[in-house]
Amino acid sequence: MRSVPAFLIALCIVALGIPAWAQTHSEAYKDNIYVTGELKPVDSVLKVKVGQQAPDFTLPSIAGQKVTLGQYRGKKNVVLSFVPAAWTPVCSDQWPGYNIVKDLFDKHEAVLLGITVDNIPTLYAWTNQMGSLWFPVLSDFYPHGRVAETYGVLRTDGTTERALFVIDKKGVIRYIDVHDINKRPSLETLVRELEKLK
Amino acid sequence: MKKILVLAIVTALVLAGSPAVSQGAQPKAGDRLFDFTLPVPSESADRSYLGLSGWGKTFKIADVKASLVLIEILSMYCPFCQKEAPVVNRLYEAIEKDPAARGRIKIIGIGAGNSAYEVEVFRKRYGVPFPVFPDPDYDIHKKCGEVRTPFFIAVRLLPNGTQEVTYAGLGGFGEVPAFLETLKKQAGR
Repeated sequence: MRSVPAFLIALCIVALGIPAWAQTHSEAYKDNIYVTGELKPVDSVLKVKVGQQAPDFTLPSIAGQKVTLGQYRGKKNVVLSFVPAAWTPVCSDQWPGYNIVKDLFDKHEAVLLGITVDNIPTLYAWTNQMGSLWFPVLSDFYPHGRVAETYGVLRTDGTTERALFVIDKKGVIRYIDVHDINKRPSLETLVRELEKLK
Repeated sequence: MKKILVLAIVTALVLAGSPAVSQGAQPKAGDRLFDFTLPVPSESADRSYLGLSGWGKTFKIADVKASLVLIEILSMYCPFCQKEAPVVNRLYEAIEKDPAARGRIKIIGIGAGNSAYEVEVFRKRYGVPFPVFPDPDYDIHKKCGEVRTPFFIAVRLLPNGTQEVTYAGLGGFGEVPAFLETLKKQAGR
């Protein structure tokens, strides 16, 4: 008798048959996306805050050269887009959207740096499915997740949060969105934050 | 105990049948179109293209003035949809230039998981001439079996008010002239 409420709940969940999360998945990736299921929305503690100088870093990019955050100081605003992992849902349908709005980044004198903790060959193969990306894709693979850890967005399983940091030309963090990992951040919200940089 | 079990089963069945949470199967040719509504477009050109009149705020595919409606389930974030956008635009142009298709075959897009802002970004970036509707909470996407994108569904509007799926396909639809001929045949005389 004591197990009936649990049984009732389980039966309702089965009958509903819907995941709490939803996503699209481009045919560009065929059957190569690893379905993670719903994950803990946030699994780290931020170590930086708005108004603070963004910690500098240098990471290798899939194009071959190294990219340093500080190289944009005084020249460009910077958006850091951490995504949890290559070949997973949501992540695979996030950067391709940014890829068609270069004009919006240009308009606000901003560059985008895409970062994951995957290694370069994995990132190369994955981003090749997205078409030709206009922004650098950086690997925070080794030492594993060091930059993510510095910013406080390294999850306990070694992936990162789905996080956006907007950094102005003075190197100051102006906006942070550590998003629910199961959902894609709104493009409109990011563009509004870029508009505030004027 | 028995009463509780019956209550559990009835509750589950009621919830399963609730339209708010209904999960559809991937459409296939021969199916009747799953039920959904769309907002009447704010742009008069879009309303005119779809042949929508009156003061309603929403419409159904059955309300579109056409013999056949091609629905593209897409996403602004989907690289395949981005690559395919110029091809779909060419199909639209081919339809509009063909006297046997113009006015009889209409195209709409549905941006799965896309906000109104994101849908407009996609339309502007690719110069999409047909209406594209946001589906920010994946409501329509769930009803069509959470298909990958792009996914094309051609729907014939029957005189009895029902809509029959005549084509359902994942990815590109191939050459424009051949696909247009297929759609014209499916639209009927």
